Amino acid sequence: MRDVAIIGCGMTKFGELWDKSIRDIFVEASLKAIADAGVDHIDSMWVGNMTAGLFVGQEHIGALMADYLGVAPIPTVRVESACASGGMALRAGFIEVASGMSDIVLVGGVEKMWDGADVTYALSTASDQEYEVYHGVTFPGLYAMIARAHMHRYGTTREQLAQVAVKNHKNGALNPNAQFQREIKVEAVLNSTMVADPLTLLDCSPVTDGAAAAILCPLAAAKRYADVPVRILASAAATDSLALHQRGDITSLRAVKVSAENAFKQANLGPERIDLAEVHDCFTIAEICVIEELGFVEKGKGGEFTEKGYTALDGKIPINPSGGLKAKGHPVGATGVAQVVEVVEQLRGQAGKRQVKGAKVGLTQNMGGSGASSVVHILGVV
Amino acid sequence: MPVPRYKREIPQRYRLEASKCKSCGKVLFPPRLVCPKCGSREFEGVRLSDGGKIVTFTVIRVAPEQFADQTPYVVAVVELGDGVRITAQVVDCRPEEVEIGKPVRLVFRKIQEEGKTGILCYGYKCVLSSLG
Repeated sequence: MRDVAIIGCGMTKFGELWDKSIRDIFVEASLKAIADAGVDHIDSMWVGNMTAGLFVGQEHIGALMADYLGVAPIPTVRVESACASGGMALRAGFIEVASGMSDIVLVGGVEKMWDGADVTYALSTASDQEYEVYHGVTFPGLYAMIARAHMHRYGTTREQLAQVAVKNHKNGALNPNAQFQREIKVEAVLNSTMVADPLTLLDCSPVTDGAAAAILCPLAAAKRYADVPVRILASAAATDSLALHQRGDITSLRAVKVSAENAFKQANLGPERIDLAEVHDCFTIAEICVIEELGFVEKGKGGEFTEKGYTALDGKIPINPSGGLKAKGHPVGATGVAQVVEVVEQLRGQAGKRQVKGAKVGLTQNMGGSGASSVVHILGVV
Repeated sequence: MPVPRYKREIPQRYRLEASKCKSCGKVLFPPRLVCPKCGSREFEGVRLSDGGKIVTFTVIRVAPEQFADQTPYVVAVVELGDGVRITAQVVDCRPEEVEIGKPVRLVFRKIQEEGKTGILCYGYKCVLSSLG
């Protein structure tokens, strides 16, 4: 296997992009990444996308994007693993470059959620249609059941959950690409509309349009294109039961734990070496469970850890400096790639007001469904 | 919901038909072709235990279209006597009465209906055992 580097990246602003189509935003992010890398061609492309078929009535996204980006006839395919589609697309691109099959590969992620489709239904297709959705459970409902179990077993408080949203909005306020660039208070989270007890509207990530892209090449060639090539130190994925009720422990995310353990093994380092992480905070409880599974904090202590400010921008381990899914926005298929864009900017020292000082190693964790798939990447500056 | 998709699940939704692994004894619901615990492919048919307790739950306030007229409603993960866990609504009680650990039993109910001309969809829901 060859070592692989990221030599360029780009993303659109995240939000309600009424004037742009799914192809517009994919091409915009891709052109930014191509210009950032300074490459004159790409050999292959992977497109992370959860469900353009349901959101905009368009399948066959890979070929469509190659056509509109003007790179046809290169091979390209859409990668789907629900909300982890973007991270899984990066993994596919990584494997292609590492194997020696291709040299310059574009990995993109895109989702257009504001074109009028039934978003709740489209997202629910990531859970078990016959044995969860059939009975009326929603995505917020599934995470609400995880939250209640976590509160019951570990004493995690309602306020601690809210602190995740407050912290991520604080970071998002510093990110010009974020959907929500404003701070919120704990009271606002607690008093917002109840969606699925105990989760309120401000515990939930928003509905978002957006795209992100990254260019990969062999590490040995990376210096030709980038002043600061970012090396992919690890790429690992794992799976679990699609239905939440079929997992042994409702408060554990086994796919996250296994993907993280394998990533740390590949990179030959542990969680203590990570300077910052972009993790899948689709709901506030998800960030708490994920930081526990990643090993940043003991199981059950994620709420307390957050409340003490250890995950803040200036904390022990800054989590979601971009604002995370909560404030930056969550265009589902784009999220995994956008996480990588943030870590690359941080490692290059280009993250502006939200820069984590001296960041050398960063981690991304992208999750599908209520935890049935997870993909972890560890990135480092060479 | 397409009729074939609905009809296929009737043995589980109406009659709680499960399968028991002949090798390790794990009860699977819905039945599968491969036991996720031991890998065996030999099963015998069993009926799911209809009593259990609440593992965790939520109150759905914002629902998908076909459940919108039922809000607020309780959905729970329930562990049945044979170790099988399911997701189901908890009904015939106020949401405040539902607690983790409370005993429930399964009852046969209408789950949803497909508009004015579609099929009526049935299946299992839970009631708190204390209510008899």
